[in-house]
Parts: sequence; C-alpha cells; structure tokens
Amino acid sequence: MIRDPVCGMELKSPSEYHSEYEGQKYEFCSSACQSKFEAEPAKYVAVVPERSGPTYRISNDGIERLQIPIIDMHCASCTLTIEKEINMLPGVKKAHVNYATEQAYVEYLPAEVKTEEILKAIKSAGYQTGQATLKLGIRKMHCASCVTKIEKELLKTPGVLSASVDLATESAAVNYLPSMVQIAEIKKVIERLGYPTYETSSPVAAVSEEAEPEDENQKAREKEYRTLLNKFIFAAILSIPFIIFSYPALFGLPAQLQKGSDLLRWIWITMGVISLPIMFWSGSHFYTGALAAIKNRSANMHTLIATGITAAWLYSTVAALVPGIFPSEALADVFFDVVAVVVALVNLGMALEIRAKGKSSEAIKKLIGLQPKTARVFRNGMEMDVPVEEVVLDDIILVRPGEKIPVDGTVIEGSSSVDESMITGEPIPVEKNKDDEVIGATINKTGSFRFKATKVGKDTALAQIIKMVQEAQSSKAPIQRIVDLVSGYFVPAVIITAMLAFVVWYDFGPSPNLIYALVVLVTTLIIACPCALGLATPISLMVGVGKGAENGILIRSGEALETAQKLDAIVLDKTGTITAGNPSLTDVIFVNGFKDEELLLYAASVEKASEHPLGEAIIKGAGDRSLTLIDPKNFNAVPGHGVQATVKGKQIILGNEKMMNKFNIDLGDLSQRSQQLADDGKTPMYIAVDGKAAGIVAVADTVKPDSKEAIAHLKKMGLEVVMITGDNPRTAKAIARQVNIDRVFAEVLPEDKAFNIKKLQQEGKKVAMVGDGINDAPALAQADIGLAIGTGTDVAIEASDITLIKGSLKGVALAIQLSKATMKNIRQNLFGAFFYNGLGIPVAAGILYPFFGVLLSPLIAGAAMAFSSVTVVTNANRLRRFKAKI
Amino acid sequence: MALDQIIVTIAGLLFSGGIAWYFWFSESKATRIQSTSSGVQETLITVKGGYSPDVIVVEAGKPVRLNFLREETAACSEQVIFPDFRKQATLTPFKTIPVEFTPEKPGEYGFQCAMGMLHGKLIVE
Repeated sequence: MIRDPVCGMELKSPSEYHSEYEGQKYEFCSSACQSKFEAEPAKYVAVVPERSGPTYRISNDGIERLQIPIIDMHCASCTLTIEKEINMLPGVKKAHVNYATEQAYVEYLPAEVKTEEILKAIKSAGYQTGQATLKLGIRKMHCASCVTKIEKELLKTPGVLSASVDLATESAAVNYLPSMVQIAEIKKVIERLGYPTYETSSPVAAVSEEAEPEDENQKAREKEYRTLLNKFIFAAILSIPFIIFSYPALFGLPAQLQKGSDLLRWIWITMGVISLPIMFWSGSHFYTGALAAIKNRSANMHTLIATGITAAWLYSTVAALVPGIFPSEALADVFFDVVAVVVALVNLGMALEIRAKGKSSEAIKKLIGLQPKTARVFRNGMEMDVPVEEVVLDDIILVRPGEKIPVDGTVIEGSSSVDESMITGEPIPVEKNKDDEVIGATINKTGSFRFKATKVGKDTALAQIIKMVQEAQSSKAPIQRIVDLVSGYFVPAVIITAMLAFVVWYDFGPSPNLIYALVVLVTTLIIACPCALGLATPISLMVGVGKGAENGILIRSGEALETAQKLDAIVLDKTGTITAGNPSLTDVIFVNGFKDEELLLYAASVEKASEHPLGEAIIKGAGDRSLTLIDPKNFNAVPGHGVQATVKGKQIILGNEKMMNKFNIDLGDLSQRSQQLADDGKTPMYIAVDGKAAGIVAVADTVKPDSKEAIAHLKKMGLEVVMITGDNPRTAKAIARQVNIDRVFAEVLPEDKAFNIKKLQQEGKKVAMVGDGINDAPALAQADIGLAIGTGTDVAIEASDITLIKGSLKGVALAIQLSKATMKNIRQNLFGAFFYNGLGIPVAAGILYPFFGVLLSPLIAGAAMAFSSVTVVTNANRLRRFKAKI
Repeated sequence: MALDQIIVTIAGLLFSGGIAWYFWFSESKATRIQSTSSGVQETLITVKGGYSPDVIVVEAGKPVRLNFLREETAACSEQVIFPDFRKQATLTPFKTIPVEFTPEKPGEYGFQCAMGMLHGKLIVE
C-alpha cells in the first residue's frame, strides 16, 4: 500500500497515475492529484502529512509519561494489539490505549527504552502515530553537503524523529515529538551550524487544523465575491444599450433605428455576438453548473438559468440573422436584453448572498477565533512560551492580567477575576481562587495565577462547544422534510411546466404566438428559485444555533430546537437547578442566655470531627464570621440522630429532636421555632450545652438568586412548571413556595425521576426536564427535551438536548425563546420561498393573462429570482439581533 | 389545429416526458468503494456543480473516508453536509478535504450542499 502524496489517500501500487520527481516515483489516486503534483512537486514531497498533533508529558519522578495520538484506529480491539506490542518492550511500566480519545498513554523508563522504540512498536502493530511536523525555511544553504550536515545534526537531537532538508525550496521538514524538543531548539540546532532559519508555516496540529483552512475558505469566498461582482458589472454595463436597442419604439429612437431597418438588424447581430462573452464569461458558472448537474441526473438553479438564457439567445440570433424565415415580421424580435439583464442580476444576487451568508456563520467563526495561540508553561523549572497545541495534561501554566487562559484547568496558586462571557454569555467577571476551575479561551482580568491543565486539545470546553455547534448546524430540523420532499422534483417540474406553458401559448395564445410562448418559457425558467427553498431552513438553523452558543446555550440539533418550542410542561430538579446545590448556614437561634457566636463556635467545633455535608455548611458559616474552631474531644456520632463531643470542657449535643429526647433535654418553645424553620425549607438542628437546651442552628440550600424570576418567566410563557426532588415533602413544598411552583414531586428516588416524567407525558404533554446531567441523566433522556445545567468545563453532556453552560435557570427561558424565534424565522423563510415559487411560477407561465391580461417580463423575473434567496438569508440574519425578553 | 401546432405539442410533450424520465425514473450508477488494507473505505469525490460519483455504496460497520475535492469556487458547494451522521465539512477549493465517519446501520443516507442544491447518496449495505 502506498500513499498519494497530494491527497494522502491510500492506494494500490502500481497506480495508473504516476510521476517522477528527483529520481523517485510518486503515484496518485487520480489525474487531478497527478497534475497538481506535477505543477508544484516540491510542495508535496517536503511535507509529510500527519493528521493530528500530539501531547506529551515528562514527569519528574524518573518515569516518563508519553501520550501519543494514534491514527487510523478503527476498532476497540485495536487497543489491545497496540498495548500488547508496547508492553513487550523492556522498560515500559504501563501502556494504556484509549479507543475513544485515540491516544496511547505510556509510562516508561527512559534509560531502558527510547521513545522511538515505542513509536516503532506502535507502527509494527500496524498503526500510525501522530507527531508534529515543523516546516522551516533555511537560508544560506549553498550545496548538497549543507543538506546532509543539517539533517545529521537534527537527527542527533533527541526528540527529532526524522528530518529532511530540501535545497531547492530552502526548507526543512522535521518530524518531532513536542514533549522532548521545542521548536526553538530545533531552530537553534540549525542556526548553530550557521544557517539562519525562518518559519514558513506553523506546525501541523490538531487545533490549528480548523483555523487554517478557515482562512483559506474566507479568501476563496472573497475571491468568488469579487469575481461575481466583476461578472455583474460587465453584464450590467452591456445591458443598458441592449435594453435600448431591444425596444427602439419605447425609447423613441430615430426612424433609421426602428424595427425593420437594416441598421438595427446589424446592431442586433452585434448584440448577439457581444452576448457570447456575457453568457460564457459572466454566466459561465451557469453552464458549468448545469452540465455537471445533468451528468449527475440532477438539476438545479444553474440548469434553469442556463436553459432560459440559451433559449432566449438562440431565438434572438435566428431572428437577427434570418428574419425572413418567420411568417410574420413581428416574430423577428430579439431578447438579448433578457440574456444580459438576467445574467447581471443573478450574479449580483449571488454576490450579495455570499456577503449575507458570511454574517450568518459569524458565531462559529467567532468561537473558532477564540482559540488561544500560546501558553506560558513551566517546564524543567523554566517558564517558556509554547504553542497551545504543545500544552499537555498536568502542565503548570502562568496567566498574567489581560491574557487569555490557554486551556481548561484548576487554579493552584493566586487569584483573579476572569471574564467568561465568551463561553458562558455571563457578562459579569467571575472570581477565581485556588481549586477553582478555569475555562480555556476566557480572559484573565486582574490578577496573575498559576493553574494546572486538566483538559487540552480537543477535550477543552471550547473545542467541545465548537464541535457541538458544528454538529447542530449540520443537523436537519424535522420541518426540513417538506423541503426535501419537494426539492428532488422541483427543478425538472419547473422545466416541464415551462415546456407545457410554451405549448399552450403556442397553440392557444394570441398572435404573435411564438413570441408569447417563448417569453413565457424563459420567464418561467428564470423566476423559479430552488435556492430560496433549499436555504430557508438551514440558514436560520445556523444563525439560531450560533446565537444560542453566544449566550451559553448549546443546542444539540435541529430536532431539539423544533421540539423546544412546542413544550407544555417543564420539570425542574430542585438541588443544583433551582437551588445552588450547596447548603449554607441560615439561622442561629439562641436561648437560656447563650450568645449566637458562642453557639456557632460550639456547633462548628463539634462538626469538625463529623463528615456530614450539613456539618460543612455550619463550619463554613463559622469561618465566614472568622471564628477560630477548637478541636473537639470525646466525639461520638449517633446515626440518624446527631453528634456529641466535648468542647472547652463543655458537653455539646447537636442533633434532631430524637437526639434531644435521647438525652432528656427540655426543648421548651424551641420545638415550635424548629417547626417554622422546617416549613421554610430549612434543616434545623438543636444544640444543647451541658444538658441544657441552648438554641438552634439551621442550614439550608439557598435558592439561586434569579430562580424565582426565571420561573415566573417560564409560567408567563404558558408552561406548567413542576419541581422534582428526593427531599421530604415539607422542605420541597417550602422551596416550591419561595419560587412559586404549584406542582411538586417530592421524595422521588433518583431512579424514579424518569418514571415521573413519563407520567407527565402520559397526560399528553410535551415535557422538558432540567437537571444536572449526571444524576438526572435517565430523566433527561426520557423527557422530550433534556436540558442539562453545565458544571464548569463539562459541556458535552450526552443525555441532554440542550446544555446551559451558565448555571442560571434563566437560560431555560432563553433557550425556549430562542427556539421559538428560530422556528418562527424558519417558517417565515419557508412560507416566503413556497409562496414566491408557488405564485411566481404560475404567473410567469401566464395564468393571469386570460383574466387580467397580465404577463410577467423576463427582466422582472430575473430580478425577483436574484433577490429571493438574498431575502431568505437576510431574514435569517435578523435572528442575530435576537434578544431574550427576560 | 394547424400542423405546426401539432408538431409543437407533440414535441413539447415528448420533451417533458423525457425530462421526467431522465431526472426521476432513471437510476444513476452507483460506485462501490473498495476498502483499503487498513480497513477504511475510501474514495475521491469531485465537487463541481454536483458530486461525482454521487451514489456511493459502502459496507456497514466499517469506517468511511470520503475525500472531497472541490474543483470550483461557486459558493453553493462550499459545504458538504451529512445530516444523518451530523458531519459537515467546509470544502476549501482545490484541496482534498476528508470526511470521516462509520455508518453502523444499513440504509440510504443523503448528503448535500448547504442549500440542498447538490445531492449525493450513500448506500450502506
């Protein structure tokens, strides 16, 4: 098996397409690749195509860890083959291959085995490894011996796998492992030999893969736009005299230029000749497009335009050259103006459409543009700037004020506030301290900090967001099905309609019937706009999904978007969705002469020894009031009751009513206050000091500040809001009261949540479930729409149809509103496109003529066609201004 | 009805019938992909006003790599979309852009340009 050096495709040797270059034979998959190679062979020989960039890690405990991307792994069993092969090497401590991430993780002793040997083992198992390829320009190379000198020196450098230096192109292609050698070092090796280097292109790597062609596409689009505009200008300028000489009577031209004159006939013949460059340069794409489509037994807009203008030109040319063959003089008319005007207008329309479409895809472009380029990493005790593709797991990265955070990670030192608006849509900067999660591509505002990389490359939140948005944008909304149904039949049906209209007009039309028949044929062909129909749904979907991403809402598919606007009920999980999910101290009630700080100190000190989550809330509450806790003695926990311990020589008992009864403590009116707290959704705990009731400490999970408002909005949108929780009914009801929810499912075990969703669905409702994506996964999957509240950098939550990156419930309302707005936009577009074609085609075919004497001019048809698809795109772009009504 | 009218009528009807047959009722030839030694089913698809080949037969459960070579700058074909596999690729003109996925279930899956003007079909067996 060999590889085509141009496209990288694997092929059988010998191939019928081959070429020689510098004494070596190269083979290709097709003549296209061959001719490309022959045009610039050096370009393809120098670069070794590799698919992805690698990530590596050198640990400081003697054992090296290596993370190698593996290409062309196609089955889960491949992992075993590779692992076996690597494990056979001496010095390998551990080898693990992950099929999903396509990575091999190897721990080995560098003294006993070399990286190259590990790579060789993977190769001998039948797989290719990813490695970075650096292309460097080298100056001042004068002879072939320089080449070998540089190559030899490079190969001596640890971490360089292969190097090939080319004298003709003055460049080197170096395959290297970024973990072992930096680009700067490679450059230094060459420069030490006396050859200055310069970078010709950046290293081939996974993340930049997306960014680079994107630029090229942008350029191609720009070029296409300019070409179309030039084609338009050429045709438009010629249209003016064409129109004037086509209607000499209308423009009041002198008698010698009126119909029937020889001079006019010669002008017409000239126009026929000038039409050729209009058709075959300005309109060349209509012909190439039409021909290619016909070969594929399909037909498109180009087919229609090409047929229309060809028919007009043929008729006109015959009329200009041999007017005598027509039975009446009136038939010898020309339509060169139609050719010029239609070509001009359609080109203009297409140019405007490119511009408008550029705006439609701006959201994803913005996301891709967010990707940071470099990171300041600590390696071998040194700070160094490395390309972000070379950042590996567990790297320690320094971020200074104003810098972009390169990858996802956890803060280990320092603090700062970070602007996360580009990812979460939340405009207020977020405070980051030790152990907080930071998201790559967000911007550090005030302080410096160091963090440990926890997600790199395609695992970062940003990379996942980009992937999800792209996936959603390429999905199909179910509403698109009508269009798919129609689009296969559309163009041929238009051609048939035009043909039949021609026949009817010829047979039954007024005189001159041939002229009428022809005008109707051309007009019908030209007015039909399959593009508007085809664009209607996807373009709005693209803008809508992109808009969602801008606001921290990731919509997974067109289907999710379509379902989200039909919802009847929305089920909200309590903990973590309505509430913040982490309990905090709310009340300290004291009696019998105790002080609140004193009580809190006792309670928190006792809880120091316990591991109860509610205890943590009390300790945190004490910490907030800067109380210094005391280590408790004789600690004893009574499960289901409470705890007891000695603090400062005092006997402290903390627990529920059962605990107090057990120790025969008289609660007095405290039990009534405790009841009240419970009714408010709080969890009260009695505290007794030396056998005497001293007070109550209450903790509660607090409702997120904007939950109430968001729920009110959901209700206003006509949705039934239901709360679901595993908590007891009293606490659940209390929270429900706070946020104005009427229907509560309480004491629902996690595994029964899905069942409760089903019950609601059986009431005939379309149900959305909002939860955390981990515990609620089955319920999210059961619901018609599962909305997962994202936590930090986990955005690709499998069970969810919509992920809200920002924790706020307002996102739910926003997501539904956005879905509604997008679907409305799609319906407008579809209605417009169907209405336009449904009305335009019959009118063009002359259906109104018998009743009102109305017949459409082909010129107007051309204008209408040109602007119908621009209108669709422009309407979709209105969605970019979508603002939530919250 | 005059002779010329009869001729025009018959010609028009025949032509219409021909269009309907050519576009709707005739099957275009399918191209069956051979898989390479590494098990990938790979082929080159040229994009120019359409996809050629446009009907591609592959085996289920084996990875597919379709290399698209867009030989035009017309904006229409800029993107190729496989809605069933949620895959899309922006086709840089005159560059080979691979689209990779593994079809698990046999069936017929369409692919198309962003506007649905160009169509192709992937038949998974």
